Amino acid sequence: MSVPKFWREIPHKYRLVGSRCRSCGAIYHPRRPICPRCGSRDMEDVKLSHRGRLLAFTVIRRAPSDMADLRPYVVGLIELEDGVKVLSQVVDCDPAELKPGLELEATLRRIRVHGPAGVIEYGYKFRPVIKWEAEAGEGQ
Amino acid sequence: MKPIRPVGIVGYGGYVPAYRIKASEIGRMWGNDGCALPIIEKAVAGPDEDMTTIAYEAARYALQRAGIDPHEIGAVFIGSESKPYAVKPSGTIVAEALGIGSQLLAADYEFACKAGTEAFQTCIGLVSSGMAKYAMAIGADTAQGKPADELEYTAASGGAAFVFGLKSDETVAYVEGSCSYTTDTADFWRRAGQPYPAHFGRFTGKPAYFRHVITAARMLMEELGLGPEDFDWAVFHQPNAKFPIKAAKMLGIPTEKLEPGLLVRYIGNTYSGSSPLGLAATLDVARPGDRILMVSYGSGAGSDAFSFIVQDAIEEKRPLAPPIRAFIARKKYVDYASYARFRGKLLR
Ligand SMILES: [Zn+2]
Repeated sequence: MSVPKFWREIPHKYRLVGSRCRSCGAIYHPRRPICPRCGSRDMEDVKLSHRGRLLAFTVIRRAPSDMADLRPYVVGLIELEDGVKVLSQVVDCDPAELKPGLELEATLRRIRVHGPAGVIEYGYKFRPVIKWEAEAGEGQ
Repeated sequence: MKPIRPVGIVGYGGYVPAYRIKASEIGRMWGNDGCALPIIEKAVAGPDEDMTTIAYEAARYALQRAGIDPHEIGAVFIGSESKPYAVKPSGTIVAEALGIGSQLLAADYEFACKAGTEAFQTCIGLVSSGMAKYAMAIGADTAQGKPADELEYTAASGGAAFVFGLKSDETVAYVEGSCSYTTDTADFWRRAGQPYPAHFGRFTGKPAYFRHVITAARMLMEELGLGPEDFDWAVFHQPNAKFPIKAAKMLGIPTEKLEPGLLVRYIGNTYSGSSPLGLAATLDVARPGDRILMVSYGSGAGSDAFSFIVQDAIEEKRPLAPPIRAFIARKKYVDYASYARFRGKLLR
């Protein structure tokens, strides 16, 4: 991916910014200039929820060459709390731990690295929600 | 050093990657079975993590606890010795990902393991002077030791972030005072373009770590008219478990006061993240009114010492993000081969 193209995609790659149609209320990710549902061009940026649930996933073993360093990796279909579905890598877990309904949260990771001298592309990936026990005197 | 207008921590957060390698596994690799090991295990960043993504994680939890509009942050400073880019500030990426505005000062700091607390000092100055309403200091690293070198057992990944603002009911702790001590001491260094650092073996102890840590701590106590007994908790830079415990002993501080922030046995030496993570873990258990001593150490060499007084807001803000112990408990062991692959140690 070229540097200018990546730069234009920063809001949706870094912060999960999507589009909401002002006419019919539909939300999309990535951003869209025209609403596929009602044809309106009256779209606004909206920051999507960083939490969601895993709907389905697959393990990628034959990866494109610029992703080969990460294989095998998991790609999941995730339904965010605001109802939008996104496709994302799911990290910090073994495929054996994954099952539909698992709670995930968005984080920022390296997506692709263009050799030792090129640009590093960052973007969202999801991982299982970090949970903890509250100690005495701590709420949660 | 005492700011003209008192400054405090509005929000704090830390992050440790999920992967661990046991020191015994590194020992097995290099034929060091059965030798005394400096720690139990160390945190290893995943294959798609780097210092910038670790800084992002810590910073987002700090913001979560701060509960402020990210656009009010006027500076993001990241202290690290493992910057993914030699030229391009890591803070630009962290700020963009967190929705911090562009009316922003951003820079990466370098002072070996104390680059994070260097950032504390500048943030305190910017906020106290009124040049920034809020300023964020992050210490984060994906430290690497040369394969088979003694540093390989401890060099680890992790980081912590702190949002500074003027002292108020919203600050979880305020800065009572700080003190920095710097000399030209070449105990550990990395020349430009070299992948791994070099160090002067035993020279790293007495004339380096202990001289700077102890001097900075004593200078601070003198300036504030305090003795070791006045501190409820203490956090020192943790290159291994021995050094901070010995430093506390030399200062007359009992080891129990180190316990909550002594993380090195379970996560390793997170370099610029080391004492900031220790401070975050101590804030996870401290009570309002407690006084915390924090002393960093960076090779080259210098120490920053701080005294923080914990405030009431800690009770309300603490539960808003995961405590450090949640990250320590979340772990997946890797063998040496996976570790070498994750951290790019294999030649191709
Ligand atoms: Zn529409």
